[in-house]
Amino acid sequence: MPVLWLSLIVIAISVAVFVLGRHRALSAAGGDSRDLHSLPVYYGANALMKAIFPAFGLMIIWLLVQPLLIQNSISDMIPESALAEDANLGLVMSEVRRTADGLDNAIAGGFIDEDAASNASADVADMTSMLKDAGQVVTSQITQPILHAAQAYREMNSTFGLLMTVAVLIVALTGGGWGVMQSSLTFRARNVVEQGILAILIAAASVAILTTIGIIFSLVFNTIEFFQLYPAADFFTLLEWAPSFSGRGGASSLGILPLLWGTIYISIVALLVAVPVGLFAAIYLSEYATPRVRGIAKPLLEILAGIPTIVYGLFALLTIGPLLVSVFGQSGTGWMGGGRSVMTAGIAMGIMLIPFVSSLSDDIINAVPQSLRDGSYGLGATRSETIKQVVLPAALPGIVGAILLAASRAIGETMIVVLGAGAAARLSLNPFEAMTTVTAKIVSQLTGDSDFASPEALVAFALGISLFVLTLGLNVFALYIVRKYREQYE
Amino acid sequence: MSDASMPATPEKRHSVSLMAPDARTQKRKAAEKRFRMYGAAGIATGIFFLVVLLVSIVSSGSGAFQQTFINVPVYLDPAKLDKNGNRDIADIKKVSTFGYTPLIQEALLKEVQDAGVETPLEKRGDMKALISASAAAQVRDVVINNPGLIGETVDFRILASSRVDGYLKGRVQREDVARDKNIDATHLDIVDQLEPLGIVQKTFNMAFITGADASESRAEAAGIGVAMVGSLFMMMVVLVLSLPIGVAASIYLEEFAPKNRITDLIEVNISNLAAVPSIVFGILGLAVFIQFMHFPQSAPLVGGLVLTLMTLPTIIISTRASLKAVPPSIRDAALGVGASKMQAVFHHVLPLAAPGILTGTIIGLAQALGETAPLLLIGMVGFIASNAPDSIASGLLDPNSAMPAQIYEWAKRADPAYYERAWGGIIILLGFLISMNTIAVILRRRFERRW
Repeated sequence: MPVLWLSLIVIAISVAVFVLGRHRALSAAGGDSRDLHSLPVYYGANALMKAIFPAFGLMIIWLLVQPLLIQNSISDMIPESALAEDANLGLVMSEVRRTADGLDNAIAGGFIDEDAASNASADVADMTSMLKDAGQVVTSQITQPILHAAQAYREMNSTFGLLMTVAVLIVALTGGGWGVMQSSLTFRARNVVEQGILAILIAAASVAILTTIGIIFSLVFNTIEFFQLYPAADFFTLLEWAPSFSGRGGASSLGILPLLWGTIYISIVALLVAVPVGLFAAIYLSEYATPRVRGIAKPLLEILAGIPTIVYGLFALLTIGPLLVSVFGQSGTGWMGGGRSVMTAGIAMGIMLIPFVSSLSDDIINAVPQSLRDGSYGLGATRSETIKQVVLPAALPGIVGAILLAASRAIGETMIVVLGAGAAARLSLNPFEAMTTVTAKIVSQLTGDSDFASPEALVAFALGISLFVLTLGLNVFALYIVRKYREQYE
Repeated sequence: MSDASMPATPEKRHSVSLMAPDARTQKRKAAEKRFRMYGAAGIATGIFFLVVLLVSIVSSGSGAFQQTFINVPVYLDPAKLDKNGNRDIADIKKVSTFGYTPLIQEALLKEVQDAGVETPLEKRGDMKALISASAAAQVRDVVINNPGLIGETVDFRILASSRVDGYLKGRVQREDVARDKNIDATHLDIVDQLEPLGIVQKTFNMAFITGADASESRAEAAGIGVAMVGSLFMMMVVLVLSLPIGVAASIYLEEFAPKNRITDLIEVNISNLAAVPSIVFGILGLAVFIQFMHFPQSAPLVGGLVLTLMTLPTIIISTRASLKAVPPSIRDAALGVGASKMQAVFHHVLPLAAPGILTGTIIGLAQALGETAPLLLIGMVGFIASNAPDSIASGLLDPNSAMPAQIYEWAKRADPAYYERAWGGIIILLGFLISMNTIAVILRRRFERRW
């Protein structure tokens, strides 16, 4: 039975036991709910929980484990000889799945009936031509073992599906029945239900941990696979990035250093734009601005933060690029080749980071106690001298932390560099040349035409984990600096 | 009185008033003024960039909302369209767009000649450069829906080709067409003469907002409508998943969590996840949802799941702030009349924190709407936004694109006509974001309570 129907039936069972449990509790109290320990709805909820949680839990675990089990047993069925020269197990398994799907669709379309499809001694050529007639996708690779494997796959799927349906329904009914039986005068339904709700809350909070585990798992797993195909020392030390397109094992040099250099160079340019503007804007907003000016200027700067990065990317590609080319390009000083360069992407990224730096610095400067400023004014300093010599040094750890956070954001930015910085990986000091970054290469390697198991595609995971470690390290470092050098004012 | 305190040399008498500033004070005052100007310049620069950005967006993108159409009466020749003469729908459908294209070109040629346009072009095939390749499909659809029209002359408003459109919008100059193999100056002469007659005109193009994407050569027919639907489905998934999970996690962390290492770990995780680059979430989505769980690629469901994981930290942080803002007296009062801790939270604290939670959710959704990088990795690129989905299940599982990914795709194409469409797409995207943020601000102002 399809999963959707099963879920609906389980939900229907749960609603039924809710009503039954509640009714049983009320009748145990003789119709007067004041004699019960908890409100009547909790008795019903108790039965509902005991029906739903085990049933859906079992279903989810079964659905996750069933494909793995079936895959294992089917792959045992495929003999070594059936693996063609260049194919690997994954490809053969997809072939088996495709054939099985084709058989399913052919039966649904009436081209063949169930018995003939499961016939173990069916002729391969007949089946292939029947599938083609039914309009299914058929490659030339269907051989006898694959056909057998596909039939076995279908059979195992249907058997396990039936078992799962029966098991889940039994569990739902048993759990619900037990919950209903528990309803009595003294049963502490509310406590049980609240414990169940607490379990749900804890599970929701663990989603964050699960996400981090998922990120690390997916990155590490694929990176290990990559390092089995390509030496790690080369990845971290080669000064060249030149993936080959001739399939696996070609002469690719995949070194991360040129990409890291591009990332860092663009981030430096971006910070050179964002930090002065953002810091001075924050100083003016917190020290000099009247509340009216602050009320207008701060939201305007926040708008810059809310604009999606694809807009900045397009702005870099289509506005900043041509502008810079007209000044620095062929018709100007001749330094610049195309419109895509470190400067274009850096300027666009700097504009994006301005509100980041400015609002974080604003908060930090506001947090400096007024007593320091008053002491400085009392000694006769002007406002700018106070800011330069008292407030900023006091706020410096926080400002450095804000700059590091902005740098971490710049390093992880993708769309601006994909559109504005070009795709050429080079180690150069000229800011008017196109230079690509780690993030842009992750996108291009994973959306290109490379075979997914080749080093050229897997390198994206190695790049991803390097990026993850780098940004995480920067964030942790920023927090550490803020915490260590922060002055404790009373 | 001792003489030791008197200076050895008598001081000069100052003839200047003490109130007049001396050189050093003037320097300090000048430095103060300069510093203040730097600060104002910083703000001015930021606002200047904002204005430049917005002006650039509006000026480049507003052209995408207008498109050039040609009004031409087309004679639907039954000899070509319905050879058997029995108006059988199956026979009519067998005539492909190849059969309709000559009819349209013929009709345009006739109109050009009737209008008295001076031109050296005389053949029907010369009209090809003026007409969009999708015009034939448009006429064919109308005929299939109304077979009774065959044999009559029907007025059609067909799309002009992308070069004609570019010429009328100023994007294509006469010098450019010298190198263009699709169109040349004689065609542009015809356009110049047809325009004042109203046969060729630029009008508001609804198909840009509601239509589907088109292939590289037919920029005039591309629209963002299907990508909008894809974005809508993704936002539905994000809302349905991230709001309950986020609120549940915040309630646990804020009200029930004991102060131990595990809670610290969860909190550190959440703040780390808020700072992880979005592309790493794309890698997560690719590895876990597509490779491991075999979800269909490019499906809005997978995009929604990835964006949920990205939006969760934002929602958790803002929900925690709203829950913290509810004063403890509410909780104490609820406990005082006999509620359990969980009843107090769910029946009293949560409804009072609801406006803040709602605002945070809308802002989180607005951020998710603009995300591109993770969607690129799970496959929402390429020419896939071709058909509007017909049901909720197909809307979630069929390959589709999203608005930011569609804009990126257009920006990558070589035809400059697509750049204009990318800017237009950005205008629509920003329109959504502005309205969502405005709704959030209005809700916050309306429901905010000062305790």
